[in-house]
Amino acid sequence: MTIIEETFRALRERKEAALIAYVTAGDPSLEYTPRIADALIEGGADIVELGIPFSDPIADGKTIQAAAVRALNAGTTPPLVLKIAERIKNKHGVPIIVLTYYNILYNCGLEGFLGLAKKSGVDGVVVPDLPFEEAEDYRKVAGEVGIETVFLAAPSTTKERLLEIMRYTSGFLYLVSLFGVTGERSSLPDSAIRLVREFSAYTKGVIPLAVGFGISRPEQIRELTAAGADGVIVGSAFVRVIEQNCASFAGATDKLTRMTRRFKMATCQGNKPD
Amino acid sequence: MNLRQTHLSRGKFGKYGGRFVPETLMPILIELEEAYLHYKEDWDFRDQLSYYLREFAGRPTPLYYAQNLSRKYGGPRIYLKREDLAHGGAHKINNTLGQALLAKRMNKERVIAETGAGQHGVATAMACAALGLDAEIYMGTEDMERQSLNVFRMRLLGAKVHPVDSGSKTLKDAVNEALRDWTTNPETTYYLIGSAVGPHPYPTIVRDLQSIIGQEIKEQILLRERRLPAALFACVGGGSNAIGTFHPFLDDLDVRLYGVEAGGRGVETGKHAASICAGSEGVFHGMLTFLLQDVYGQVQPTCSISAGLDYPAVGPEHSYLHSIRRVEYASATDKEALEAFSELSRTEGIIPALEACHALAHLKKVASKMSKDGAVVVTVSGRGDKDVEVVAERMGRGV
Repeated sequence: MTIIEETFRALRERKEAALIAYVTAGDPSLEYTPRIADALIEGGADIVELGIPFSDPIADGKTIQAAAVRALNAGTTPPLVLKIAERIKNKHGVPIIVLTYYNILYNCGLEGFLGLAKKSGVDGVVVPDLPFEEAEDYRKVAGEVGIETVFLAAPSTTKERLLEIMRYTSGFLYLVSLFGVTGERSSLPDSAIRLVREFSAYTKGVIPLAVGFGISRPEQIRELTAAGADGVIVGSAFVRVIEQNCASFAGATDKLTRMTRRFKMATCQGNKPD
Repeated sequence: MNLRQTHLSRGKFGKYGGRFVPETLMPILIELEEAYLHYKEDWDFRDQLSYYLREFAGRPTPLYYAQNLSRKYGGPRIYLKREDLAHGGAHKINNTLGQALLAKRMNKERVIAETGAGQHGVATAMACAALGLDAEIYMGTEDMERQSLNVFRMRLLGAKVHPVDSGSKTLKDAVNEALRDWTTNPETTYYLIGSAVGPHPYPTIVRDLQSIIGQEIKEQILLRERRLPAALFACVGGGSNAIGTFHPFLDDLDVRLYGVEAGGRGVETGKHAASICAGSEGVFHGMLTFLLQDVYGQVQPTCSISAGLDYPAVGPEHSYLHSIRRVEYASATDKEALEAFSELSRTEGIIPALEACHALAHLKKVASKMSKDGAVVVTVSGRGDKDVEVVAERMGRGV
């Protein structure tokens, strides 16, 4: 059993959902990322997701776009992010996944990128602009290297596609909650809850289902886990805290820890049905 | 030999192209592909498209024998394909009419598009006004400043213009923003992409719609010369007028094909938009193709006097035609394009778009080495009225 699978299994036993905490690595600059990770883990994040910034992040809304700009301006590169991942892994041992766009992998070479990621203690990779139709080589190399390939499903995904995506995804299935890009929403559309109910009927007992995009409040997390989500991914809410504290960073880590704790508590209160 | 691939397996030209988009858009692109394959064989759809191309866009455009320029260069007989005379002043209308009609058949009432120089935005606004569709255009704030006249034209035609303030605030960021809008509203909205770029099936749809340029050239040159041309020249940004010009000739191996990219201040300076001549392979805007990027795969800013060529990638079919050496890709600098701008204006009484001046500049370089016996065709992708301000500024004069 891989560390990601084991994490979901242990949480399920405790009737908790996983809190996957996303931040863009290198925002506002690389030396802060390990401290940000410390803060998220102290607050109770179960899995840390590091974004490798890309110049043209088409799946991201304004908040994470701005984070990518700050990170790139600070000189963040893929190998430097993987080095930071290794530091976080060595210190905390938590599961780490990285999210980046396919051109970063393509440019580095699949063997090169996935090999280095594995060596750096990365457990899984999410590539939002790589649908399964284009992912044959990627899956093959990831399989050889021994790294999880997290694929995404979306509200427009048909049942046939969902079943196919479930064959290819490993670690968990990343469900995009709504039509749109990443970014905080004050309330999730009803369709998001319906979607989780509908899709979790297929994933239950097969692969953990984690829901992302738009999640920024504890009550949303409770609703989603009650509807059947095995995990939630929160990103923009954390990134906004970092953005607002760019000038003087001292208070940011405390705020991140408190925010993470509130979200983590919500993952334990979703009255998750068996 | 059949290089004119019409049915693609998974939208690949060789290894180039494909569909690298978020899952949200995958079912939508599959739906678009099915609708397109259906309507392109539908007689009623085709009749309607030919009607609008003829009566609204003014097709066919002339193939003009440029007698003065031919004499001046002393090489082959030079013909100009006059896309500058199409409605709106550029070839862009061929594509927007076809896709807007498709949007209508697919019952999508809202059309979004990106634009750089504003030509595609204007052509989209025209087609949508004619067909009763709502048009919303994404445009970088930098481009809005450079092309304020086109912003006014789009608004006059009833389109909404959304300023894009992210990234480099130019065309590539307008595409990003249009993709994000489409991801948010895929069920109600048709994304009318402006060049032969993006995820499958767009490069094929745009190429098919623009191929009317090459088909007309073929008929017209055979009437005039009784044989095929020795060479064709077209400028390449995303590459839609070039692929439309070349495609009907791909299997005619005696016809040499020249695609000319924007060399900006010179390819050696790094300030240019020559994706094939100076770029490398990567994945961007949904396609595997040549693009301008740094060693880590971050897409780089571009530089060209011609806003229509100011794009860091190129349509995937061009990458393929480059890889099999069927098309010869070259670049022309801002300075060479400006010289061609003045030269064609003075010699032939035609003010060409700065984009097309890159093709004209390359013709000038190779014309004297070509046989006097043959004929060549340059696609004048648009008219240069939109560029006079930029040119006057470079010449150090006000308009």
